[in-house]
Amino acid sequence: MAARARVLIRPKEGILDPQGKAVERALPALGFEGIEHVRVGRMVELEADDPALLAELCEKLLANPLIEDYEIERLDGAG
Amino acid sequence: MRWGVLQFPGSCDERDALHACSLIGEARLVWHEERGLDDIEAIVVPGGFSYGDYLRAGAIARFSPAMEAVAEFAAAGGPVLGICNGFQVLCEAGLLPGALLLNESMRFSCRQVDLLADGPETGAGVEFSSRRPTLSIPAKHGEGRYFAPAGALDALEANGQVAYRYAPGQNPNGSARDIAGVRNEAGNVVGLMPHPEHAVDPLTGSTDGLRVFEAVAATGAPA
Repeated sequence: MAARARVLIRPKEGILDPQGKAVERALPALGFEGIEHVRVGRMVELEADDPALLAELCEKLLANPLIEDYEIERLDGAG
Repeated sequence: MRWGVLQFPGSCDERDALHACSLIGEARLVWHEERGLDDIEAIVVPGGFSYGDYLRAGAIARFSPAMEAVAEFAAAGGPVLGICNGFQVLCEAGLLPGALLLNESMRFSCRQVDLLADGPETGAGVEFSSRRPTLSIPAKHGEGRYFAPAGALDALEANGQVAYRYAPGQNPNGSARDIAGVRNEAGNVVGLMPHPEHAVDPLTGSTDGLRVFEAVAATGAPA
């Protein structure tokens, strides 16, 4: 059975994230005060026959390691 | 010189690039599934939205058969010019250093910019500088903010790998150190965000773009 996983991709620390900034700036107008350091990333859900490939998949395609960090989260309880 | 202009699903500037190349040589389109570049002496990876720019701009195009052929072509010393999305593709493919991020303004920016040609003392860039200090070329993109880690930027500058900078005050996207274009260490692969292929006819206000194509042609032929 294929393994289910979720990959979270976010801009690396220190890289300006204009989307996060725009969200942050919009919040006070809606009455949300005290929200800081908003970062906007991407989430990819997938099923893989061979979960051992996931890290390479992230390095080569799902994330650009120069500008993004990623985390692989298994959804089927496996490590 | 015979130019090949890549065409991906979602490319949109390949016709202008083809026209620009045909003004200084012969040119044909290279469909993204094609690997045969034997008749080609210089490559343009054009602007547009290859494969819809899904995931990240240029991320999918780098895996196309044509790009695999371009990587071999570049490794053999063949001249390659990436424009806008083509620059993003070359960065994603690892043929050029750095990455292009969402514009600082978050807005698509479309305007005429002045570029300063930069580069090694013997490189094509300095030729531009002495003939004409700036190039007036349109820039139109949403993801053109050049990024590389600070140490890498220092190395690019020290090696003369910064090919073009936006003139002071004209950086349209928040690019690090006003960088508009870079070249690889060997100097045969160049990428820039602004569009020289849209500035080759007096009708559209500037013919400065031709100098970018001429400089690429001057970097040499495949070994």
